[in-house]
Amino acid sequence: MQAHDVFDPGGDPHGLPHRDAVGGYGDAEPGDPDGPEAGPLVRPYVIAQGRDHADTVKLDMISVVIAAKRAEVDEMALEPEQLRILELCRRPLSVAELSAHLDIPVAVVKVLLSDLLNRGLALARAPYTAKSPVSRDVLQAVLDGIQRL
Amino acid sequence: MASSDSDLSRDTVPSALKILVAGGFGAGKTTLVGSVSEIAPLSTEEVMTEASYGVDDLSGVESKTTTTVALDFGRITISPSLVLYLFGTPGQERFWFMWEELSEGALGAIVIADTRRLETCFAAVDFFERRGVPFVVAVNCFDGAHEYEAEEVRAALTLDPAIPVILCDARVRSSAKQVLLTLVTRVAERMAA
Ligand SMILES: Nc1nc2c(ncn2[C@@H]2O[C@H](COP(=O)(O)OP(=O)(O)OP(=O)(O)O)[C@@H](O)[C@H]2O)c(=O)[nH]1
Ligand SMILES: [Mg+2]
Repeated sequence: MQAHDVFDPGGDPHGLPHRDAVGGYGDAEPGDPDGPEAGPLVRPYVIAQGRDHADTVKLDMISVVIAAKRAEVDEMALEPEQLRILELCRRPLSVAELSAHLDIPVAVVKVLLSDLLNRGLALARAPYTAKSPVSRDVLQAVLDGIQRL
Repeated sequence: MASSDSDLSRDTVPSALKILVAGGFGAGKTTLVGSVSEIAPLSTEEVMTEASYGVDDLSGVESKTTTTVALDFGRITISPSLVLYLFGTPGQERFWFMWEELSEGALGAIVIADTRRLETCFAAVDFFERRGVPFVVAVNCFDGAHEYEAEEVRAALTLDPAIPVILCDARVRSSAKQVLLTLVTRVAERMAA
């Protein structure tokens, strides 16, 4: 056998299991994005705010948030967790990072945050999505950034 | 009152991108994320809605259950206006419903193949293939495991020849970095095509 021979996919010399290319699973069931946000965990916060989901801003796990710089904060009107969010967000942080730092589930962070956004106390930037895909320039920036690591 | 303030700060809020790191239990997902992340990997809990059918319902009517899933992730600041997040995602088939949510808007995915139990990455490969999410396969080389050629793994996974398969050591930054570069290059190629 010559060195440049193409590897024979039929041969299985070391017993690696083979994936069935047809795909071995049924159609995944997408989660309902409008379904109940997070069950019982969210409830206390929602009640405390006296708000429902109608005015919840659409936030992603990697939406990046920053506290508005010169906004006047009425501390009495906010939950303690919301004050902590504002503190952490003096520098830009994602919803996922806030969740990790505060040890609060993502869904609850979203509820607390959307209230802050509605009050003009914080700003959020939506991530790139399928609808707003990255440009070549952004991809090049990502490549350069990884290269610098 | 807040209008000029918000206009001012909005420019300083970066946009984020995400890359998924999928693979079976213990395949090295968290290790790979940690090798390239500028922060120690963080962990977050996401509550996800899962449809279930007639499991605990005699009438067999569809019902919804929520599952809490722990995800760990790292961060790479690309520039003041761009942040990249890497999310380690569990590979088991029962997490499909979650990949649906997680893969939305993802730049691409890294599937970590552990040759000691290659079948634990089949579900992830199936998923990204079907969804058209650009991905690469990183073969994590564990000590003591039989060493395979990338081409043997490609054949076992029945991959499209265009999908890169690379050997890596998830613990080593330069190696993990190479995996990331290969993925982003692949994304760029697909964009050009
Ligand atoms: N020899 C070797 N060991 C590795 C490598 N990558 C990870 N490990 C080790 O394998 C173990 C599991 O790695 P993790 O990164 O925790 O794997 P994981 O995929 O995050 O695991 P779960 O989140 O539990 O599914 C750890 O003890 C790592 O130190 C590698 O490239 N080579
Ligand atoms: Mg892990």
